[in-house]
Amino acid sequence: MTAFHNIVVVGGGGAGLRAAVAIAEANPLLSVAIVSKVYPMRSHTVSAEGGAAAVIAEGDTIDEHAYDTVSGGDWLTDQDAVEAFVEEAPKELLRLEHQGCPWSRRPDGHIAVRAFGGMKKKRTWFAADKTGFHLLHTLFQTSLSCSDIVRYDEWFVTKLLSDEGRVHGVVAIEMATGRIETIIANAVIVCTGGCGRVFPFTTNANIKTGDGMALAYRAGAPLKDMEFVQYHPTGLPFTGILITEATRAEGGWLLNKDGYRYLQDYDLGKPTPEPVMRSMELGPRDRLSQAFMHEHAKGRTIDTPYGPVVHLDLRHLGAQVIDTKLPFVRELCSKYERIDPVKELIPVRPVVHYMMGGVHTDINGATPVEGLYAAGEVACVSINGANRLGSNSLPELLVFGARAGQAAAEYVRTLQKGSTSAAYAQGRDEERRLTKELRKHDAGTERIADIRTEMQTTMEDGAGIYRDGDSLDKAFVKLHELRERFDRAAVDDHSTTFNTELVALLELDFMLDIAQSIVACAIKRTESRGAHQRTDFPKRDDEKFLAHSLVHRPNKVEYLPVTITRWPPGERVYGR
Amino acid sequence: MSAYRQPVSTFWWLHQWSYLLFVLRELSSVFVAWFVVYLLLAVSAIADGPAAYQDFVAWSGGGWVLVLNVVALAFVLLHAVTWFALAPKAMVVPHVPPWVVLVGHYLAWAVLSAAVAWLVLR
Amino acid sequence: MARKRTTITMEVTRFRPGEDSEPTLQSYEVPLRKEWAVLDGLNHIKDHLDGTLSYRWSCRMGICGSCGMTVNGKPQLSCATFLVDYAPGPVRVEPLRNFPVIRDLVVDISDFMTKLPKVKPWLIHEGETPEGEFLQTPQEMDEYKKYSMCINCMLCYSACPVYALEPEFLGPAAIALGQRYNLDSRDDGDRRDVLASAEGVWACTFVGECSTACPKGVDPAGAIQRYKLTAAVAALKDFLLPRGARR
Repeated sequence: MTAFHNIVVVGGGGAGLRAAVAIAEANPLLSVAIVSKVYPMRSHTVSAEGGAAAVIAEGDTIDEHAYDTVSGGDWLTDQDAVEAFVEEAPKELLRLEHQGCPWSRRPDGHIAVRAFGGMKKKRTWFAADKTGFHLLHTLFQTSLSCSDIVRYDEWFVTKLLSDEGRVHGVVAIEMATGRIETIIANAVIVCTGGCGRVFPFTTNANIKTGDGMALAYRAGAPLKDMEFVQYHPTGLPFTGILITEATRAEGGWLLNKDGYRYLQDYDLGKPTPEPVMRSMELGPRDRLSQAFMHEHAKGRTIDTPYGPVVHLDLRHLGAQVIDTKLPFVRELCSKYERIDPVKELIPVRPVVHYMMGGVHTDINGATPVEGLYAAGEVACVSINGANRLGSNSLPELLVFGARAGQAAAEYVRTLQKGSTSAAYAQGRDEERRLTKELRKHDAGTERIADIRTEMQTTMEDGAGIYRDGDSLDKAFVKLHELRERFDRAAVDDHSTTFNTELVALLELDFMLDIAQSIVACAIKRTESRGAHQRTDFPKRDDEKFLAHSLVHRPNKVEYLPVTITRWPPGERVYGR
Repeated sequence: MSAYRQPVSTFWWLHQWSYLLFVLRELSSVFVAWFVVYLLLAVSAIADGPAAYQDFVAWSGGGWVLVLNVVALAFVLLHAVTWFALAPKAMVVPHVPPWVVLVGHYLAWAVLSAAVAWLVLR
Repeated sequence: MARKRTTITMEVTRFRPGEDSEPTLQSYEVPLRKEWAVLDGLNHIKDHLDGTLSYRWSCRMGICGSCGMTVNGKPQLSCATFLVDYAPGPVRVEPLRNFPVIRDLVVDISDFMTKLPKVKPWLIHEGETPEGEFLQTPQEMDEYKKYSMCINCMLCYSACPVYALEPEFLGPAAIALGQRYNLDSRDDGDRRDVLASAEGVWACTFVGECSTACPKGVDPAGAIQRYKLTAAVAALKDFLLPRGARR
């Protein structure tokens, strides 16, 4: 079976929907398809809580937003990309407002903004603490008015078709029927989000298995800055459910087992009753998660069956603030911890949250593979550098989703007609692989879940908040072994109807590639910067590493200089 | 290869109290209709003179009519109460809490009933 | 002290089209832990006992709307329903009612996906779009806020006997989302042709179970009742007022 579209968008979350709408607006004659392994409104954008940063408040400037982003990213950000980002972010959020997004308001009816970690000014737009949910549903519902966008809901993309450095479409399985289809396209935009499920303890949804990163990687696009994995400092133990940074922006405190605001011991400022921007609990996520590790080493955390925790104290905020600004946090605590944050302390610990790295793209979302674009968490433009600031990811997926959509539409317009016969052949090969070769797993002996769990523990042990050469080397060897064991993974389900075990196998296949690329990049970067902390190389080394890692398959790492426009590398200062 | 259509059981309305209540409320319309018929019979009897009215009253006091009317009253009350319970959901008045709308409906009911009683009994 | 139970039996619907003519229940013994949601039990089955069980799930925090199932007869999000609350068990996990079953616990929701666009769930604004934001006070937002909380989890459709008997019914979530935009101060749209049709609000006989089942407090039953009044008043105006005087 074959279908044709001008542009195929893989992934129906915030970036994918924004890209598809941008294409439809740029050229209504183009045929656009969104291929997503879940219904678009189930995409992980839905779980974002705290907000979206964009300069709108009086007294704020886009230069300040740019500086916060650059310094927050420990100068590994590309400053031309950051400048474009901060410039376009307000327009994108306003656009959403015009589409009906219920942004929280001031009493006078204007958009309200809140403080956020690492930001010098209040500039984070929010829809209570369900910002991602409202953003995604607004985008999705608005996209329904655009009947030209064809959707392949619950189709799993297994391969990008590419020939001589140019992409020609995808192969995907319709989950409900098992139908395999070659979808020919002039351009493909990958918007599949992150890969948190490579780690054992993550805020990420079950679907976050790095599919798009692996698809692009296999099609010849390099991955960039993969060693930079963000740990969010406040996740609920056991589930890993995110407790938003907005809790701290509204005035919440982090306490160790003695009830002491321990962040003051880690060069993050002095404790004050009211929150201070870029200070203490409003420091950047990498520094806060690292501080937790030190507290743990000092024996000042609290032990629980699900690992050590510290406490997030919201009691002094009162029920009124919590119910209007943080209702979802109260709901989550009550459901999953059976506690009421109005009266009780919330147990929290650092949790894998976001991938700064991703598919290498330029400022328009274009990858080095012709016709292949990427936007959102799956991509690395890079505006996040070595550490993303909270509330920058939602505007990022809008700004660069739109840019990628426009760029792809323009690319398709100017495209010379090329031969697609190679793509058809690849489609047939892929179909053969999916129907025949995967049958060898019918006789497999290893459980998919066992390999996956071992991969996750390997990543946490070897490439966690603090890493060193030894731990990383061990992880690399172990991942190699797991890759061999993967060939013996068993698939007991032989049905063609909604075969989630087959999907789990394909996802694990993707994740193993991504895990290796993370470790490969981390081994080579013998310095500490942002979220990449090497205990054997504790200093930042601008001489050698003011550069992006680019990893090519299989695990070949090279470097690309960082683009600096106006902010030369300096010291990251918080709380002083 | 096709999806399985889940059958709806004939007795689905017995599976849950709320479903049963809903079916009873739907059923109440029959009894509301009966009250209308009964009222028309009464008017017709009055029009035909005192003797016919006496016959009507005697008939109404008889076993099955009495039982039917008691049952009908119960259903009409169920209908009224559930109908009023909906009122605050349908009528959202700015700055007025839902319970006020509900109480307002019951008050209006009481006042109207009192007015009718006054007209009839004076 | 009596020994605490450490496991619980889960009775799970199995159905594979082509192999089974109708669904059957299969029992599994899973650990009973106080943190475990019904979904954790299912994941334990899939990872360790039986890889062939199929179900949808994603965020496991009650916001993506994927994991609706019938748990002991009631529509629930399996990620937000806990095994201990069903101890000593058994706990019965079935697909959402009123939908065709594709496989095991996976139901076909394409009917909803077809109906949703019909209510025009997007902002329709006549006239100029402002350069900045539309002004909207917190009070104006409260008018529609709860109807914007729908996660499309389909629990309300599963709870609705009208939808079971009349599959043409637009259904609770779709109507609530239409009302979400109707009540938004920025919206000038007219959705009467769809919402006030026979398949729209007038099909609803107010069972009220949709609002009971809703895990997000959307109150679709309230949205529907409210629109019935709006539609009735509008129809009356059409009847009484000359053309042109209508709004």
